[in-house]
Amino acid sequence: MNQDELIPHLFRTEYRKIVSVLAKRFGFEQLETAEDITSETFLTATQTWGLQGIPKNPTAWLYFVAKNKARNFLQRTAVFINKVSPEITNADLRHDELDIDLSPQNINDSQLQMMIAICHPSISPEAQIALSLRILCGFGVEEIADAFLTNKEIINKRLFRAKEKLREEKISIGIDVVDIDKCLDSVLRTIYLLFNEGYYSISKNKTMRKDLCLEAIRLCTMLVENEVTNKPQVNALLALMCFHISRFDARLSENGELVLYDDQDINLWNPDFISKGGYFLKRAASGNKLSKYHLEAGIAYWNTQKDDSNEKWESILQLYNQLLQLEYSPIAALNRTYALAKANGKQAALAAAEKLELLDNHFYFALLGELYTDLDNKKAVENLQKALILAKTSPDKQAIQKRLDALAT
Amino acid sequence: MEEYLILMRLDIITKEAQPSPEQMQVYMKMYQDWVGGIAAQNKFVGGKGLSTEGKVIKSNQVITDGPYAEIKESLAGFIMIKAKDFDEAVSLAKNCPILGGAGNSVEVRKVVSVHNNN
Repeated sequence: MNQDELIPHLFRTEYRKIVSVLAKRFGFEQLETAEDITSETFLTATQTWGLQGIPKNPTAWLYFVAKNKARNFLQRTAVFINKVSPEITNADLRHDELDIDLSPQNINDSQLQMMIAICHPSISPEAQIALSLRILCGFGVEEIADAFLTNKEIINKRLFRAKEKLREEKISIGIDVVDIDKCLDSVLRTIYLLFNEGYYSISKNKTMRKDLCLEAIRLCTMLVENEVTNKPQVNALLALMCFHISRFDARLSENGELVLYDDQDINLWNPDFISKGGYFLKRAASGNKLSKYHLEAGIAYWNTQKDDSNEKWESILQLYNQLLQLEYSPIAALNRTYALAKANGKQAALAAAEKLELLDNHFYFALLGELYTDLDNKKAVENLQKALILAKTSPDKQAIQKRLDALAT
Repeated sequence: MEEYLILMRLDIITKEAQPSPEQMQVYMKMYQDWVGGIAAQNKFVGGKGLSTEGKVIKSNQVITDGPYAEIKESLAGFIMIKAKDFDEAVSLAKNCPILGGAGNSVEVRKVVSVHNNN
């Protein structure tokens, strides 16, 4: 790797580690200082390596420089405090207190604590994602703006407000092990949101979208590698994301258009991710708590089996039945009804669909159109036309139009 | 929306009345499809099945096994649902698959707060 590739690569992998360790050491009120010192470290690297060549161990070099910069900061702060408020006796830092611990264990702990703090419920979901991308994934503000289809100013404001919130709420950076499940709830939600941001984004930038998905998978992998957070629901979420991303290349065409499930080229499904998903799903099968991620991972597993079978649709139906009892969502209700048609027949599904009354949802009318097809084609057309009016994005409109055309012939 | 409790009663004691494992699987599917249908309408609040063991404590502090002394049918499970009125609650309850068995019954009760007893 030459320097032009190495520094961005290291930025992605090491930025978050250094920031997390420094923020844990300084406290959250100094998060910006932690970010500044880390950015300066990379700037120094760019300048020095350009003149003197790449050091033997670039990561160790970065840690060494970051430590020195952090130590200088702490010393300056100590001098400042001593001069401004001499009565504070304990501000006289001893040398060992100036040390920055960049051991693998402390890096892991710091990153985990950073994740938990960022995912604090008092911070809005979109700010959580922006902050995760900035601090935990080393994304630039411009890249984040691209991902959200917005501009840098808005993202900067969002990040600024989120950091303010972290300070105001005095969100501590310590892990409350007793309440790790509760902390994990919000961390997992944010990771899944980040993944979905990439998977379902309307942006056509395929590379950027895949990056978001892979970052979400990487963050979740970090959690299963840490003893404290290697819980069944974490493995289930990781399995779920592996199953989904296995179809990433098949579900987006070269120019970023959505390819529907039935039209996908199975050769583009990634078998490595499918087997990885299977591995983590097995690891998720312990304990006695069934999370929604377990159920969604089960459904995602069956979606990696392209062939229709009774077993497939009966399993999917039962998983949706349970998922809806755990947490209702319109999309789960619609998918459940589709599975009901496959498992119990269209008549049963139609009776259930009529009760859903999701009258502002174009997927609802698309589903009714699908169910009426061959039973009552006139009603099928009526429903598809309603769906067409309600659909907002052009891929959705195209898919509905295609079915209307098929009915007209 | 109001909350309603659906109580399901069936014979869970008489040996001959108990389903085979294969039948049980069919019944469970019917039951799950029914509950899933309620949940798909965002009208499921919660619910549990009950084991066949039970204790009854009478006013004189005497404890007996099981609530099954007088009738064969006993409480087998319950779910809580949301419905706009009694009619809707009853229409959801009517589809409960346990009603396929003779002698079984489903009771629908409206939930009221102790502090708001109207």
